[in-house]
Amino acid sequence: MLTLGAIGFTSPLLLLGLLGLPVLWLILRATPPAPVRRRFPGVVLLLGLTDDTTQTDKTPWWLLLLRMLALAAAIIGFAGPVLNPAARVDGAGPLLILADGTWAEARDWTRRTGRIAAEVEAASRSGRPVAVVLATDLPADGVQFQTGDAVLPRVSGLRPRPYVGGDQVVEWAAGLEGEFDTLWLSSGVDTPYRADLLDILSARGQVTVFEGGSAVFALRPARFEGGQVRLSAVRNQTGVRDEITVGAVGPDPNGLERVLLSVPAVFEAAQDVVEIELDVPPELRNRITRFEIDGQRTAGAVTLTDDRLKRRKVALIAGRGADEGLELLSPLHYLNRALEVTADLVPGALLDVLQANPDVIILADVATFAAAERDALEAWVDGGGMLVRFAGPRMAAAELLDGDPLLPVRLRSGGRSVGGAMSWGEPKTLRPFEAETPFAGLPVPEEVEITSQVLAEPGPDLAERTIAALSDGTPLVTRAELGAGQVLLFHVTANTEWSSLPLSGLFVQMLDRLAISANATRPERADLAGTTWVAQDILDGFGDLQPAGTMGGIEGEVLAIARASAEVPPGLYAGDDRRLAVNVVEEGDLLTPAAWPASVPVTGLSVQPERGLLGLFLSVAVIALALDALASLWVGGRLRGARVMPVIAAGLIALAPMTDRVVAQTLDDKVLLATSEVVLAHVLTGDRTVDNVANAGLSGLSRRLTQRTSIEPVDPVGVDLETDEISVYPFLYWPITLDQPTPSANAYAKLNRYLRSGGMILFDTRDGAVAGAGGTTREGRRLQELARPLDIPPLEPIPTDHVLTRTFYLLQDFPGRHAGRAPWVEAAPEDAEQVDGLPFRNLNDGVTPVVIGGNDWASAWAVDRDGVPLFPVGRGYAGERQRETAIRFGINLIMHVLTGNYKSDQVHVPALLDRLGQ
Amino acid sequence: MSSPAHLRAQAQTLAGPLPPLLAGAEHLAATILLGEHGRRRAGTGDEFWQYRPATIGDEARNIDWRRSARTDTPFVREKEWQSAQSVILWVDDAQSMEFSGDGSHGTKCERARLLALAVAVLLMRGGERVGLSGFDLPPRHGNMQLLRLAEAFSTPAADTDFGEPEARGMLPQSRALFVSDFMGDLAPVEAALAKAADRGVRGALLQVLDPQEEAFPFDGRTIFQSMAGAIKFETNQAADLRSRYIDRLNDRRARLRDLARHAGWHYTCHHTGESAQSALMWLFGALERGR
Repeated sequence: MLTLGAIGFTSPLLLLGLLGLPVLWLILRATPPAPVRRRFPGVVLLLGLTDDTTQTDKTPWWLLLLRMLALAAAIIGFAGPVLNPAARVDGAGPLLILADGTWAEARDWTRRTGRIAAEVEAASRSGRPVAVVLATDLPADGVQFQTGDAVLPRVSGLRPRPYVGGDQVVEWAAGLEGEFDTLWLSSGVDTPYRADLLDILSARGQVTVFEGGSAVFALRPARFEGGQVRLSAVRNQTGVRDEITVGAVGPDPNGLERVLLSVPAVFEAAQDVVEIELDVPPELRNRITRFEIDGQRTAGAVTLTDDRLKRRKVALIAGRGADEGLELLSPLHYLNRALEVTADLVPGALLDVLQANPDVIILADVATFAAAERDALEAWVDGGGMLVRFAGPRMAAAELLDGDPLLPVRLRSGGRSVGGAMSWGEPKTLRPFEAETPFAGLPVPEEVEITSQVLAEPGPDLAERTIAALSDGTPLVTRAELGAGQVLLFHVTANTEWSSLPLSGLFVQMLDRLAISANATRPERADLAGTTWVAQDILDGFGDLQPAGTMGGIEGEVLAIARASAEVPPGLYAGDDRRLAVNVVEEGDLLTPAAWPASVPVTGLSVQPERGLLGLFLSVAVIALALDALASLWVGGRLRGARVMPVIAAGLIALAPMTDRVVAQTLDDKVLLATSEVVLAHVLTGDRTVDNVANAGLSGLSRRLTQRTSIEPVDPVGVDLETDEISVYPFLYWPITLDQPTPSANAYAKLNRYLRSGGMILFDTRDGAVAGAGGTTREGRRLQELARPLDIPPLEPIPTDHVLTRTFYLLQDFPGRHAGRAPWVEAAPEDAEQVDGLPFRNLNDGVTPVVIGGNDWASAWAVDRDGVPLFPVGRGYAGERQRETAIRFGINLIMHVLTGNYKSDQVHVPALLDRLGQ
Repeated sequence: MSSPAHLRAQAQTLAGPLPPLLAGAEHLAATILLGEHGRRRAGTGDEFWQYRPATIGDEARNIDWRRSARTDTPFVREKEWQSAQSVILWVDDAQSMEFSGDGSHGTKCERARLLALAVAVLLMRGGERVGLSGFDLPPRHGNMQLLRLAEAFSTPAADTDFGEPEARGMLPQSRALFVSDFMGDLAPVEAALAKAADRGVRGALLQVLDPQEEAFPFDGRTIFQSMAGAIKFETNQAADLRSRYIDRLNDRRARLRDLARHAGWHYTCHHTGESAQSALMWLFGALERGR
């Protein structure tokens, strides 16, 4: 095999054929293209003319070049070119293939396993024992080198883990024995064990490192700050600008998982962290279950959200009206202060807030309900709501029902007072929380004192329902399930009347534990003390959520400080009513690129496979030959007419994007022309004859306008309502045909906008010859159908004092080719008044947006290129007179369109002159 | 040869082109409505012209008794004099007229004959006599004449490359219409116009051209041949000749217009790509003006 750079040839002798090309050049050059024979009567006019150039007797040089190229490509193609011909150098001794096996490798895992498989096969061919190890999944006892055949089947089963290996990797490596070479497939992200491991492995033999080329992206956990959701993305490479899209995923209202929101983020060249802010409405925010980077299938590109992002909707209702009491005595003051930062508060009356379906309703000292309120509240709790009630003087005084489902325990009426001025005994303190309750582990501050409380009737289930108690064992907080929801009662007030509990931090922590408020920061170790968490869903290395199955519970203290590892896999953990996410990348983490010492050879990941280039070269040859055929036709002057159109069309398909641009260009030109000159336009009906007549009519009118007035329109254009921009034309002529398509809704919107912004449409049913008084023609009915969605004002037959009768000529008839009925225009307002001494009313507002008639004006206006009328009008002289009147109507109409009611304003001239004289 | 079936087949072949041509011409002519054009003087005719007092020499039967009864003197009712004029048509039937360009419209010959026949229909409806130049078909009136004209227009083209106007058989003071592409030598045209002017014949020249002859949309190495093949011209770059060809064509048109003006004729150029109607309107106007 002959090798030239990256290309080798399987049969290089064929390349000698290239030497024949110059000979071919000489041969081809001498053949002129054959002439076309053409019969043409005008040949007499050509006699005696001579050609300017005599060059084309020979084939043009570029055509020759094209043919040479085709031939050369064919010769090279058959010589069997191969890109990246395989050439390998093998080592000896055992080979350890070590991969980091972290989530960062998930993005190109198949390529990595492919690479591993290729190396295992190569080792197998040269008889080297080999072992494959993932740093995140270390074999229990050292490493066992096996033959490649034994290792190979396991390679495809390797999976990356959603965490990074820890110090045990170094310990494991330290236990290895013997001499071996190492091939280290690095993730490209620095790991804590990398430097130590490299030292150990280098001592055992040659270490080669492969590293993936593309950047690794990861998301840090989302947090809620200042009313916005913020999260940041990190990457392990800098120097280039990268754009990523971060999507927020969650169930939509139908419960289907989908991307609710996506925002772009841009890494500038020097940035390795980019901050992303999302302004998310609370409804949407509570749905979000995770954020992920589009197109990055790694666990690091996914960050799960938990209660930190959720905001409960909490309704606060006080029994006592907001009378003119002091702020600090308000029953809701402390609840408001405790919850306003972490929850969305819903104000309002009970029945109103139930409509908003809050997560929690807090009733402070509400003792009695109306029947409707009670029913609605019970139904809401039954459906999963959490009702929290605080006691108070009213509740203590009320006659309470036995077995009230809205109270967790039966209450003794009256309550009790301890430690007050009028009582015996000390104020009570709290008993430490028991392990089974939601408050387990919370520290009990000594300064909390309870002076009054409502008491529960003793019962068999009282102890079970008590989740917090006073030092004397009387319940402080009781709880009962009701349907899918629960009812909680604080046996004290929500303000400081009965206790100092609302003044302490414990109050907020208790609300937090009850999941009434959600903390925006990651819980501290102390916060989670005494709780047990169970994994619900865990992430795999590719960032997919998997059900956790039966995993053991994890203690809150451990979970609070845990990093993702084999013991605590990243995922969503649940405890009581709360959920906590453990993410692969935590706040403050950076992705540092791995820095290898110069002594370690680092190569790219991708294997360059051998590629035969035969097909490529032959394609080039065929394309060149096809171009040559077209070019030959063109040189011979035969590239014209219908025969070659399909060929050109086929060629143009490849250039379709370019022709699109050309179309857009002509569209722009059309608009540009319309905005720089006055252009009359007609609506294309799809009927060639009608369209041509309309065009000829408007060009006749344009010609007359140029001759007689200062309006000098250029050639008229036809507009397609669907595609063309119509707002640039002051006037549209719309001939009605029976079979023209009804415009789309979009086109109608465009037309209405056009009419409202001062455009005018002249509808012409062209049926003036047959449309009798009163009867409707088919064209008339078609016009009604077409115009129904249009925003057309009330109409009237053109009155004798309409401004159209005097914008340029004085007219009273408006004939076209037919002298049918008068056209219809916008009706004059009711209050139009006669002007003194003038024969017309004071009609000063608005240009009529439509003129509707059937006199076939375009035919009367139509002229051919030489200005000769296309259609006869009427008989003899009277007919010519009618044509003239039709033209005058056209001129008046365009004047009306362009000058508006200027002529109508003229009625004020006497008054203005009068005033100026003074 | 003389069997009835053969005769009938031949007759049908002959009559074949007639109805479409005639129908086309009638259709075209129907777009123009015209009044009978009177002579503005008393004479024989159908239209009322004036009443005048009877004088000596008037026959008694000419007296209009109804009018006379209102006065004391007898009145004679006079009709307007409607004289028929002769119009001579010449339509070029040389090979060059068989050119039809890219084939999207008919040949020049078809268009020329259609226009000539349509004018004939119009003129006959106006009471004129129409015939062909030369001595084959002298001007006459009536539907038979129309059929004869249509038949004459249905003969296949002559073998010559370019046609020469036939100026014989023109009646003095009549009118004439020459339809051709005027691509051949202009000397015969000039002679014919001179002859016509001598006899006081006025009329119109209608040059019928194909759009391709106007635009010369050719390119590359080409051999141009006249329609009969008598004239050849070879070029390597047809596109380079375009502007010079168009200049020459414009010169020729200017010369024709000049010739027509000197002879008191009208001239226009019509393209087969355009509507025949405007040409017909022009023609009709030109022949009217010529009177």
